[in-house]
Amino acid sequence: MNIKEATVEYLLRLGDSSLIIGHRLSEWCGHGPILEEDIAMTNIALDFVGNATAILTYAAQLEGKGRSEDDLAFMRNEREFRNLLLTEQPNGDFAQTTARQFLFDTYLFFLYEELKSSKDETLNALATKAHKEITYHLRHTTEWMYRLGDGTEESHERIQQALNNLWMYTSDLFDMNEIDQLLIKEGIVPDLLHVKGKWEEHVKKVITKATLKLPETNVKQKGSREGKHTEHLGFLLAEMQYVHRAYPGVKW
Amino acid sequence: MGLENIEPFITLYLVQKKSNPTGLKNLSGLVDKMTTLSTEHIKQILSEIPDPEIPVISIIDLGILRDIKWNGDVCHIAITPTYSGCPAMKIIEDNIKEKLQEAGIDKIKIELVYSPAWTTDWISDTAKEKLRAYGIAPPLHSSVDKGLLLGKTREIHCPLCNSQNTELISQFGSTACKALFRCKDCKEPFDYFKCL
Repeated sequence: MNIKEATVEYLLRLGDSSLIIGHRLSEWCGHGPILEEDIAMTNIALDFVGNATAILTYAAQLEGKGRSEDDLAFMRNEREFRNLLLTEQPNGDFAQTTARQFLFDTYLFFLYEELKSSKDETLNALATKAHKEITYHLRHTTEWMYRLGDGTEESHERIQQALNNLWMYTSDLFDMNEIDQLLIKEGIVPDLLHVKGKWEEHVKKVITKATLKLPETNVKQKGSREGKHTEHLGFLLAEMQYVHRAYPGVKW
Repeated sequence: MGLENIEPFITLYLVQKKSNPTGLKNLSGLVDKMTTLSTEHIKQILSEIPDPEIPVISIIDLGILRDIKWNGDVCHIAITPTYSGCPAMKIIEDNIKEKLQEAGIDKIKIELVYSPAWTTDWISDTAKEKLRAYGIAPPLHSSVDKGLLLGKTREIHCPLCNSQNTELISQFGSTACKALFRCKDCKEPFDYFKCL
């Protein structure tokens, strides 16, 4: 695999994660627990889908096979997607969504911070842009972790349960293979071990302050790098890709 | 014509000469066309394009328009997106094409430039005043620091009564770029243009 191919693969990981989590958040539209959260989640979804569009556009360009960002988003099947397993987990209740967002936003914050110094100029520029928005997202979800954890008995129970349920997907965040090794050498992507250290520190700090317990599990779900997903992705794509696939080639 | 306006004239003159070596046809027509196609003139035309959501400020006020360049007979426009998912960008692109076509330019290439990343620091002071007059609290000067992560908010003045006694209701307001605040003195809600 050459550097260009490896970069395209890596871009799919980034773009797909943003796309899938953007889709999940958009499912809250009209169903938010309060109006401000309905607006917040859809605003954040918009940031993510915009970010996904920019990244997948670059990936399609670099790939040079005549595919567009729409082809990548709507015409690939589950095994071709490279989004993190955490991102495809269902919204569940507001606590489940918050826990998922918090774990993912923290990861993205520290990952994109490193990508800001990528030797790939386009990736560098996209990361610099996205990092500013991610900072707002992280602040939002961190504050909700405190409100739910250090809130009522019910909110405390729900957010703890959500963290316990999602913890098994956190090892997938830091999985690396030969693509990472190749790109790390070129200075294009960071070593995820650096990101892991910072992620663990922030997550521990927030969970403790929210009066919650750090979950423990021996189950470590992985596989997103090879396109091996949980059962949820299939259903998500069926919904997300339906209109595009039902009307192939249509122009707005 | 100032010196900076000569360049496109020369470019087109040379292009025309190369493709038409026996002589220049309609040189006077060419000169007429050229005087309306200078980058300064184009900038003026494009300064009439308002932000679709906030009609009191233009795309130049917002720092969205980054560059105007002639490449042969193709007009290259470089714009930078504000927020990643801003839906107004598409509308702005269409408006740019429309305005240029009205001015007689039909070979247009619009390029999205991501670097340097757009920042609210590019919004001019006059534009900030226009925002305030419109009822939107303008962005403070950014300083990206961990303060945001730790949840520190800055003092935002109410654009209606100028009181500093305001509170943040939600970091996410009516559009991707705005947050929702409330004035505790005059009791009115207002949008704050977020620092990015």
